[in-house]
Amino acid sequence: MNVAVIIPLVLFLVIIFAVGFIASRSLTKSGSDFMQDYYLGGRQLGGFILAMTMIATYGSASSFIGGPGVAYTEGLGWVLLAMAQVVSGYFVLMILGKKFAIMARRYNAVTLTDFLKGRYQSKWVVITAAFSIIIFLFSAMAAQWVGGARLIESLTGLSYTSALFIFAVSVLIYVIIGGFKAVALTDMIQGVVMVGGTLILLIATIIAGGGISNIMADLTAENPNLITPFGAEGSLTPSYVSSFWILVGVAVVGLPQVTVRAMSYKSSRAMHRALIIGTFVVGFIMLNMHLIGVFARPILPGIEVGDTVMPLIALEVLPPWVAGIVLAAPMAAIMSTVDSLLLLVSSSVVKDIYVNYVKPDATYQRVKRMSFGVTAVLGILVFLMALNPPDLLIWLNLFAFGGLEATFIWPVVMGLYWKTGNKYGALSSMVVGIGSYIVIDVFYTSLFGLHSVVFPVVLSFIAYVVVSLATKHLVVKEAGEIAAES
Amino acid sequence: MPPQEDYRFKIANREALIGVGLAVINFVWWFAFAYGLGSRPPEEYSYVFGIPSWFFYSCIVGFILIAALVTFVVKVFFVEVPLDDEEEGDRS
Repeated sequence: MNVAVIIPLVLFLVIIFAVGFIASRSLTKSGSDFMQDYYLGGRQLGGFILAMTMIATYGSASSFIGGPGVAYTEGLGWVLLAMAQVVSGYFVLMILGKKFAIMARRYNAVTLTDFLKGRYQSKWVVITAAFSIIIFLFSAMAAQWVGGARLIESLTGLSYTSALFIFAVSVLIYVIIGGFKAVALTDMIQGVVMVGGTLILLIATIIAGGGISNIMADLTAENPNLITPFGAEGSLTPSYVSSFWILVGVAVVGLPQVTVRAMSYKSSRAMHRALIIGTFVVGFIMLNMHLIGVFARPILPGIEVGDTVMPLIALEVLPPWVAGIVLAAPMAAIMSTVDSLLLLVSSSVVKDIYVNYVKPDATYQRVKRMSFGVTAVLGILVFLMALNPPDLLIWLNLFAFGGLEATFIWPVVMGLYWKTGNKYGALSSMVVGIGSYIVIDVFYTSLFGLHSVVFPVVLSFIAYVVVSLATKHLVVKEAGEIAAES
Repeated sequence: MPPQEDYRFKIANREALIGVGLAVINFVWWFAFAYGLGSRPPEEYSYVFGIPSWFFYSCIVGFILIAALVTFVVKVFFVEVPLDDEEEGDRS
């Protein structure tokens, strides 16, 4: 493959490394609380970084590589669906909001699990939470590694194994060294690359297609359904598309990788800035990326594998070196997703399980060594799994997003805003959420034409409320002391 | 012990409700234009800047509108509060 494409990509990786090293120096300097610094960046994120790191985290490879591919096949209907993600740009920070940040500081929480521990004071809530994070995020992460390696493979012509190795080494080095701050900073660079890259590519694609009217005419000539909201086969029903408002829109509130960012910001001013920037940027990127997929169709007809639409169209309509920079965008998306997931799984192992229940009196040095060690071991494990990905892994990844949402959304949201909510409610909400999601996903795929995440979210809400009310008398004494004040 | 009625939580509750309100507006706008204008047969579509009008109003105008609304709401209604509990002495 083209050297002119590879050089900008490599440069991009070098810059990312540099940032990781710089961030690690500030990590060793402050040193007041290693756990907070490594996993949360010392709660010092400003507004711009916060917005970018949130977007980079939930706009994972699925939206940056898979998304445009599906848009290529389905047409404008899929762009409509993707725009449901705009809501996540402001909803998460507004709902969790200042109360979550205040409570997280009060509980000294570093992870979502810490927050649940502080709120519910229950060993079983913590263990259920930690295990679902470890299992689901680990699989989600492994699948992202496969995606990252495939991208390097297609760009460089290296074998899959060498591509995976390059990817793994670059991710591991800066996650291990820099921790959350490095991840958040590189997320920011990657966010900027994504914004610029998608804009350049969209403009170049429109020019190559002879203008928007021309592209629309070509699409209509091929299949008029491509320009309707209903998809190429007319199979995207309003109820199905709308249910994505839950999956990729409002229920994102329950994703651990997103909530951890909602406790990491410096001040309410930073949060306000992040709300505005985040909404603009997430909408901008989603609109651009998916429109590129649709507009690519008349220019490059007959692409079979959806994942290759982005690289192919970039190489087609841009000069090689610009294509290299632009393709750094999906690369950036995958890497930033991977490093934040890696950090989160590592924090779950070290903090939620090890420090809480295995060795509560662990020394500072020991925790520090454990954190680096566990992050490295997890990285190697993921590498081994990605070498020869088992089918179960692919399934678990698809499943992880909705599963985590159904598990966590109500214990977090109701825990913040409903005083009566208690540990029994939280635990049953988690169990019902995850259980009903598995049942619906495996046996029905979609119930009443809605995405399979919808009913578990509803059921886990009912479970939370009913069980909390039914067990109110059991916790009446503790409630006065630990429940969230409102 | 933190005070029973923290003034910051009132602010936080109000802001969360604003978030829900914005999401509802966003959804209604998105849905109404997409399926209101887009359910006709494609031959009858009108176009704005070469883009089918349902998509233009639902996704492009809708996005700009909601981003502007978020900016407005944050600048006007959101209140800056300290996030740490200063009154607690046991914190480093």
